[in-house]
Amino acid sequence: MNQPRTLFEKIWRRHLVAAETEGLPATLYVDLHLVHEVTSPQAFTELAERGLPVRRPDLTLATMDHSTPTDPSIDDARLRVIDPEGSAQLEQLATNCERHGIPLYAMGDERRGIVHVIGPELGATQPGMTVVCGDSHTSTHGAVGALAFGIGTSEVGHVLATQCLLQHRPKTYEVRVDGRLQEGVVAKDIILAVIARLGIGGGTGHVFEYTGEAIRTLDMEGRMTVCNMSIEGGARAGLIAPDEVTFSYLEGRPMAPAGDAWEAAVDDWRSLPTDDGAAYDRTTTLDGSALEPMVTYGTNPGMAIPIAGAVPEDDAIEPEKRASFRKALDYMALEPGQQLQGKPIDVVFVGSCTNSRYSDLVAAANVLRGRKVADGLRVLIVPGSDAVKRQAERDGLAQVFVDAGAEWREAGCSMCLAMNGDQLAPGQYAVSTSNRNFEGRQGAGGRTFLASPLTAAASAITGRVTDVREVLS
Amino acid sequence: MSTNLTRFTGTMAPLPIQNVDTDQIIPASYLKVTDRSGLASGLFSRWRYRDGDPEGEPIADFVLNRAEHGDARILLAGDNFGCGSSREHAPWALVGYGFRAVISTSFADIFRSNALKNGLLVVPVTEEVSASLFDAVAADPTAEVTIDLEAQTLSLPAGGETNFEVDPFARRCLLDGTDQLGYLLNQAPAIQAFETAHPARLDTRSG
Ligand code: SF4
Repeated sequence: MNQPRTLFEKIWRRHLVAAETEGLPATLYVDLHLVHEVTSPQAFTELAERGLPVRRPDLTLATMDHSTPTDPSIDDARLRVIDPEGSAQLEQLATNCERHGIPLYAMGDERRGIVHVIGPELGATQPGMTVVCGDSHTSTHGAVGALAFGIGTSEVGHVLATQCLLQHRPKTYEVRVDGRLQEGVVAKDIILAVIARLGIGGGTGHVFEYTGEAIRTLDMEGRMTVCNMSIEGGARAGLIAPDEVTFSYLEGRPMAPAGDAWEAAVDDWRSLPTDDGAAYDRTTTLDGSALEPMVTYGTNPGMAIPIAGAVPEDDAIEPEKRASFRKALDYMALEPGQQLQGKPIDVVFVGSCTNSRYSDLVAAANVLRGRKVADGLRVLIVPGSDAVKRQAERDGLAQVFVDAGAEWREAGCSMCLAMNGDQLAPGQYAVSTSNRNFEGRQGAGGRTFLASPLTAAASAITGRVTDVREVLS
Repeated sequence: MSTNLTRFTGTMAPLPIQNVDTDQIIPASYLKVTDRSGLASGLFSRWRYRDGDPEGEPIADFVLNRAEHGDARILLAGDNFGCGSSREHAPWALVGYGFRAVISTSFADIFRSNALKNGLLVVPVTEEVSASLFDAVAADPTAEVTIDLEAQTLSLPAGGETNFEVDPFARRCLLDGTDQLGYLLNQAPAIQAFETAHPARLDTRSG
């Protein structure tokens, strides 16, 4: 009998070009390298300066997402005028990809979208792979059972040139969520509750593996939402063991194996899940059936409460953390003990690599169908990819949003990081389905309440932070 | 302060805030650069200038604007420094501004890795040492510490020293100038052998 191993250990061992030794990191092979415009230019420059080729353009995939306009009226020519720097960065990516033979989904390409939406959508991210990108939310791809993590730009250069990374083996952390979720509680609420429990540095040095009934019963897109925010818990990667849900999601996707290769791949993938008796370095358990819709009140994703709850009182915060807690509340213009429910908001943003997939839009549309967004409220619905956008337009979701009075946009990161002109004004409050409520993340001075697409849609109707269960009942 | 990478002495800029994320270190509006330069003015810009605008009025009580910390080349920060986005622009901005090291009780994984690749030392200390350093710099802004990478020691203003951990490979690279990409490129035969033994299931050009 072989030694029992975790999913993480199995993937790690499969990718060792050289094992870690005393004082030297492992050399880890990368199966898929995703590239976007913001974190790659300096890496390509490094290659050019050293006269190096890209080792495996066939294992590399580039897209444009971070600084691309989502306003359909802005074309390339106009972008060059209103955002010359962003436009130059996009052009540089195109030049670099062309020079090195890297497939690029540029503006106008039907396969384009947010890097962490298109990877699984195309079937490019597959169980058992190592996937990296110069982007911390690469953890998303762990939902298919791939070891996926964000890297810095120096490391982007390493992977471009060698298809490998120097890595120390992280520890493993089982995050077990038992039970069935209640009505109105979704994947986003699970992950916000996990981060609230562990703290935003709780997973540092670890890879999460999510297990338990509440995880197993999620569909693939819900699993992506959970894994996406692993980094907000400090873990570079989050994994979910592949199962029938994974296989049926991947089958038939453009880059997934087909025919005999598909059968062989599935056979192999079935051997990946953590063996009985394998040990994690740490484990934590949550009761999924007790979870409520969650919303953040502060300036990091760990500062989250059940939607019916209140901002903590000072004395609930450890003394050495009080100054940072008060700083966050000052920024948010909230008081200790204050209820968030009913708090007036200015903007609702449904989008980002956390919650911009088709099922997220279905969830939001189901709440908004036949209703109107509140007077004076700005509601942005930004699909995660061009494919999601087209499907939503075919199926009438887009019309639901437009009829309700929301703005229906082109795919991209948009107001998640507000690099492209989609941003909050100073002092504005937003309910946002994205992943970061850091100060100024959605625009200088902007204030973000992170929540699920259901909560966002319910809040869009009332113009206030709203419990979706009240709207639906 | 001495300019030797392996051992240097200097004063500290105290930033007693936990969970400083890389969006604060360098906001997204600075990420449109295609090189590594020009980021120093964006460092902590939202906390450093009114409306986050480097052309605008400096916020007087922010640590980088306080005269007594003007020469500090060591940032003394709260727990979990550098969390959030993987942007390597964060260490580029810190180094561009002139910081040589960050001392904290913990660092986010990606930031730590990025910092060490850019010659920015990350010095993890215990809560006790951290508290004593914040006290020391509050009592006397000219209080100095010495960071010795070779010996992995941090000498404290009140006397005495403490050891700190650093990834041995990153330390070796910094001390003897080993180039990490060069080190990887030297493994080409092993990489080639791995690729032969593990044919890819994917071809991104097939999409
Ligand atoms: S949607 Fe937001 S978090 Fe996701 S890749 Fe884009 S900027 Fe990053």
